Amino acid sequence: MTITQLLECDTLTDVAARIRSHVVDMCAGPEGGHLGGALSCVDVLTALYFSVLDVDTHWPDDPDRDRFLLSKGHAAVALYATLAERGFFPVEELAGFGRAGSRLMGHPVRAVPGVELPTGSLGHGLALGCGFALANRYAGRASRTFVLLGDGELQEGSVWEAAIAAASLRLDRLVAVVDRNGLQLTGPTDAIAPMEPLAERWRSFGWAVREVDGHDPELLADLLDAAAWEPGKPSVLIARTVKGQGLPFLAGRASSHYVTLSPRNHARAISALRVAEALG
Amino acid sequence: MSRATREAYRDSVLALLGRHPELMCLDSDTGLFSADHAAAAGDQYLNLGIAEQNLMGVAAGMAACGRVPFVNTMAAFAASRALEAIKIDIAYNRLPVRIMATHGGLAAGHLGPTHQALEDLAVMRVLPGMTVVVPADAAATEAFVEQSVTLPGPLYVRLGRKPTPPIPAAPPPVIGKAQTLRTGGDVVLVGCGPYPVLACVAAAETLAEQGIEATVLNMHTLRPFDTETLIAAARPATLVITLEEHWRAGGLGGAVAEALAEAQPTRVLRLGVPDKFVDEVGNQEHLVAHYDLTAERVVRAVRTALDTAARSGKTDWKEYHS
Repeated sequence: MTITQLLECDTLTDVAARIRSHVVDMCAGPEGGHLGGALSCVDVLTALYFSVLDVDTHWPDDPDRDRFLLSKGHAAVALYATLAERGFFPVEELAGFGRAGSRLMGHPVRAVPGVELPTGSLGHGLALGCGFALANRYAGRASRTFVLLGDGELQEGSVWEAAIAAASLRLDRLVAVVDRNGLQLTGPTDAIAPMEPLAERWRSFGWAVREVDGHDPELLADLLDAAAWEPGKPSVLIARTVKGQGLPFLAGRASSHYVTLSPRNHARAISALRVAEALG
Repeated sequence: MSRATREAYRDSVLALLGRHPELMCLDSDTGLFSADHAAAAGDQYLNLGIAEQNLMGVAAGMAACGRVPFVNTMAAFAASRALEAIKIDIAYNRLPVRIMATHGGLAAGHLGPTHQALEDLAVMRVLPGMTVVVPADAAATEAFVEQSVTLPGPLYVRLGRKPTPPIPAAPPPVIGKAQTLRTGGDVVLVGCGPYPVLACVAAAETLAEQGIEATVLNMHTLRPFDTETLIAAARPATLVITLEEHWRAGGLGGAVAEALAEAQPTRVLRLGVPDKFVDEVGNQEHLVAHYDLTAERVVRAVRTALDTAARSGKTDWKEYHS
């Protein structure tokens, strides 16, 4: 299906709600999942896959496609749910997450249609994205490369190696998104390693920077679609998000990082998402 | 004529770039490519700066889009600093990145342990799908670079720094196929890299004068490992000696011992750099002599092992663990 058909009756917010519901179901499976950091980036993924990225589910290997890398690979459940909703593979397959025999590994793997390269060890995605963008430029392709980073991930030095390279190579078809949910495994990101003023840091590395509400998929889509914002510069969108967004009993808590939802909390989560949807 | 393997690589890759538009040469400010070399390579050469993890990641990304990047760094930085990027971004994805690692073994000489790589072969040869080669001279380097253009998957090439002598005439070097430099039924001498291979050849000549016939193998490819040639050589022999510019664990000696233990149990004595960081100042030749990675050492090891075995049926292991 084309995006127009997919979105015939739905807004991006409707799609994001369905993806959140899949994420919650997957984290109620036998192994649980990285629930909080998956929910914080669902709206970014929705904007990308349902509005911005030029990809064809019937031709995932199209050499002229836009490319996406989930550098914060632990949010695999969100990526898998998004890829399934987008039509890369059946939504029913998500039920296998964490179960023996499934191809849905805990961190993204290439065996899953739509996944470009495996990620999971933090700090790899931006360099890979530079390689994509560079190769596309050499090939004369107009396609763009998008890389989603966690804000805790920015503590990895290799991110900044790649940030330097992207700016010096003037990779203006490279777009990074930082999922700025402010929390990492053991607590507030800025209590562990202060990164503010984050926008200034990126700007000083030679990037064009925008900082917006990371839970407004329409706004995210418009901004990401408009990149590059400044000619000759790579772009980074700092998406202000909430870890565990959509689940009041977990939102904004570091404990949402990795969760195996009990049957009761699973029901509670589904109810919370329904109520939120009904309230619009 | 003596020639540095790293320069042989540089000149070979420069000649190949024009003929193969898919090739890239990605540098990390190693200085191997002068401004003139870079100009000759045109836009197929890029200096990405002193950032080896990023170098491997960018190379992997480009390879995933159909390019074949040669990446230049020192063996010490490739095999340890950038190892995770090599493991996950390159090897895991079976991408055709060619890791051209200079200053291998003791080649960094007086620059010291920060720049020496005595673990790289052990590290690289355990990565699934990684081809690992150690050219013994400039001619082999040229051959391997040429062969690498169509080689599937990733490749690690250990190169030197300063000029090293050519090895004696041998069958043409082919990745994955050990070169038999001499045939003899008593012992097998296995080396990789310039000085160890030359030492094995010289040792075999001395041993022949003493009535001991040695097969000499240049085991330039550590993965995929040419077990077949090794087993055939070891079958008539009572002793296999390995010699390498590498710590004794996990490199050529490890690969030979693993292969023979499973397929053709034979006594293996592993000669290499002692199990410690280099604390001696000197160039490569000095350090090779200092750690006794020499023909004389090989001869002594063979004589001691054979004599002790003849006397008591046992080997004096202390000789090899020093």
